[in-house]
Amino acid sequence: MKFLKQLALIFAVCLAGEGLAGLLPFTFPGSVLSMVLLFVLLASKLLKLEQVEDAGDFFLKNMAFLFVPTVVGVMEHFPLLLQNLLPLLAVIIITTILTFGAAAWTATAVIRLQSRKKGGKADD
Amino acid sequence: MIEWAMSLTANPFFGVSASIGVFALGLYINKKAKNPAANPLLIAGALLIILLAALHIPLENYQQGGSLITMLLPPATAALAIAIYRQIQVLKKHFLPVLLGCLAGALTSVGSAYLLCKAFGLDDSLLISLLPKSVTTPIAAELSMQGGGITAITAAAVVVTGILGAVFAPLLIKLFRISDPVAQGLAIGACSHAVGTSKAVELGEIQGAMSGIAIGVSGIVTVIILQFFPL
Repeated sequence: MKFLKQLALIFAVCLAGEGLAGLLPFTFPGSVLSMVLLFVLLASKLLKLEQVEDAGDFFLKNMAFLFVPTVVGVMEHFPLLLQNLLPLLAVIIITTILTFGAAAWTATAVIRLQSRKKGGKADD
Repeated sequence: MIEWAMSLTANPFFGVSASIGVFALGLYINKKAKNPAANPLLIAGALLIILLAALHIPLENYQQGGSLITMLLPPATAALAIAIYRQIQVLKKHFLPVLLGCLAGALTSVGSAYLLCKAFGLDDSLLISLLPKSVTTPIAAELSMQGGGITAITAAAVVVTGILGAVFAPLLIKLFRISDPVAQGLAIGACSHAVGTSKAVELGEIQGAMSGIAIGVSGIVTVIILQFFPL
């Protein structure tokens, strides 16, 4: 029953997230709102980690599995995929390299600025 | 006899158990291969596609059970909040580099994917499917669906991106000369989400934690960026 209660809590947060998304004047993924909502509930201690932890870990640990049917859906789009295979791969490879560089350099620059402000001591 | 067997594949129990079966096989192969390129999700997907095609089982029959699994994706996305909450101390300590690093990464990912897709003359449906590909699969899939993309292609692109990040992370760290472990982990998570994080964990504890945080922060930042994106 403990697990079912936790499951019900997470489902309720999802329902609230979807409901909230429907009220917004723009389209925003309901599941992402649910994630923000659950984070706020945990950070504000309205919800304790123990109240959702087991069911949450079940989802986190099996996340990849939950995508099996979605990936199988690629079957329907084989002609489109094969026709554009090289450009698709090129886009994926180039953007991955650029994204890595942009994130790493920006973070490095911010960390350097912060440690300079602290008087040059790199304490973390 | 054949008709009877075929009608059984339309039973939801077929889709669910077949999915679990191929995923278990994918995990086993991944463990034996010890290589991020042997991604269990990609192996499972490929095996199931081959199985369905070889036995002439219609995709819609399989999806009777498959859709039940897909239904669990929103709660799995919500559960990411638990993973972020567990790292809240690390997040507080490195808030600015995390936020700005993920923002730069997300802007670069979305912007470069847009420009490259246009340059290669790819279809709009493919373009929308690729825009969110650097973030974790549940967020990327929902963004793709909302914009009119093809979620299956987005999911495949996300996994391939993750594998690239995991395999080439050590090389990219050298190429871009990134010495700070916080920046290293953050960049891995920002460009290649959970699959990349599996590699970041091997590089070090700080790298692993930062990469995990970057998954959630990049996801949220990308959702916000795409709200303002002209499509």
